[in-house]
Amino acid sequence: MSEPLLTVENLSKNFGGVQAVRNVSFELRKDEIVGLIGPNGAGKTTVINLITGVLPASAGRVLFEGREVTGQRPFEAARRGLARTFQIVQPFPAMTVLENVMAGAVFAGAAATRAEAEAVARANLEFAGLLPQADKPAASLTLPSRKRLELAKSLAMKPKVLLLDEVNAGLNTSEIGAALDLIQAIAARGITIIIVEHLMKVVLSLSQRILVLHHGELISSGPSADVVNDPKVIEAYLGSKFAERHRALTQAP
Amino acid sequence: MTRLGGRAGHLVFGAWILLLAATPFIASNYFVKIATFLAMYAALALSWNFIGGYTGYPSFSTAAFFGLGAYSGALMQNAGLWVGFAWIGAALVVSAFAAILGFAILRLRGHYFAIASIALADVLMLIASIWAGVTGGGEGLNVKIMPGGPDFIGRVFLYTMLGIMLAAFVTTVLVDRSALGFGLRCIQQNEDAADMVGVNVTRYKATAFTLSAVFCGAIGAAYASWVAYISPVDSFSILLTLKVPVMVLLGGPGTVLGPVVGSAAFVILEETIWAKYLDYHQAVLGVVIVLLLFFLPGGLLRMLSRRSGR
Repeated sequence: MSEPLLTVENLSKNFGGVQAVRNVSFELRKDEIVGLIGPNGAGKTTVINLITGVLPASAGRVLFEGREVTGQRPFEAARRGLARTFQIVQPFPAMTVLENVMAGAVFAGAAATRAEAEAVARANLEFAGLLPQADKPAASLTLPSRKRLELAKSLAMKPKVLLLDEVNAGLNTSEIGAALDLIQAIAARGITIIIVEHLMKVVLSLSQRILVLHHGELISSGPSADVVNDPKVIEAYLGSKFAERHRALTQAP
Repeated sequence: MTRLGGRAGHLVFGAWILLLAATPFIASNYFVKIATFLAMYAALALSWNFIGGYTGYPSFSTAAFFGLGAYSGALMQNAGLWVGFAWIGAALVVSAFAAILGFAILRLRGHYFAIASIALADVLMLIASIWAGVTGGGEGLNVKIMPGGPDFIGRVFLYTMLGIMLAAFVTTVLVDRSALGFGLRCIQQNEDAADMVGVNVTRYKATAFTLSAVFCGAIGAAYASWVAYISPVDSFSILLTLKVPVMVLLGGPGTVLGPVVGSAAFVILEETIWAKYLDYHQAVLGVVIVLLLFFLPGGLLRMLSRRSGR
């Protein structure tokens, strides 16, 4: 088996007396899509924040491509190839859609010239289906388009790993379908993905492997089919109704 | 929006510089003095624009940089250094001061940063008042008067201030077109997102803060040589610290020409109101500023572009 691309070792985070993340360890290999699930407040976003340096870890280590990157700053993570999207989208509102994506190409994607940055930005806008809106201010976009902008911006950073924090929250069923196709197309470009998600339909259709967080601890991990049948996961997050329905669906003749 | 005016704007700016530079040949000494002030305030406004306009950090440090420049320049000049070197030396001292302090206070955001930046001028004023052995304390400091008579001296300072203004303008144009300017605009729009797309926000902000200081330091030193006497209250004036951001907001923050337009409008407004309402001109000026900012939120430049463009 190949070297893991990203390794998280005994990662912990305390906020005062609250342990938001406790001893979380996992590995991510190249070309994987891994789902990170768990109830609200389980620490999913905190784990993403610890990996990308938004928050300093209280204990534990993060290794990226075999090098220790614990304590890196967010901009360093971005330049190394660890890009992320936010649960609440974070555009540069008064800039155009094109400029937003160019920022990713210039500062993390190492575009050497303005023309190169613009070419990279346009290619990624086209990929995300946003090219017709390139010259509009980012603030004028609808929510689904803003989520696509967030993706295009991350892609312009030429990431090796993309951490998607609830990119589908707030979207309706048809919008989710389109977002799923987009995520699959990103994976097909050779980008490794961690996806934080509440919608089990999305997680199950995308991920090869699932990690389950509960009260900041990793309670289960493994191939998707095993994890959804894990009694601990059913009790903590999925609920018995989901388990029954899932079993009925997968075992149907 | 940010490249407002383009080539036409640069032509108008060039004509403006030539007009100011021509005042000694076409107008009285009063207008030479006004032209010197116009250049000085344009340079101060262009400086503030780096941190306040492009980066969106409400800095009130202009007086701190100006005053520190005035004292450093005066002391170097009195120690026997040639005037020009004293001005450059003062600019370097002030830049170093801003770079070091920037890393400390730029961790603060919004109102907190504003208050910390105001405190800088106050602390420096106290030091200048107390450290009488070096600064002359509250009595102030005399600076060697330049030889050559008032007309000649007037011209020297007009061209000095114009030179600094031009340097600040050229720096602005370069920053505006570079990745630095792009990164600063990203920080102004959304600092966390800027960090996340790979902008080294700490270093970018410190650079903007230092850029906002260097020309203020040179201006302070040149001003000290010009008036030949400085005191703590004059040098670290809270009014200066408030005026300069108002000028930029008036013209159009985060644009290349906004600070020049805003400072010119402000100085001309101040002079005309001063002449008409001797007793309460500050109050009248205050009301005018509030009204202008209220009705022109994007600055004069934005209003012009709305009329002509779209």
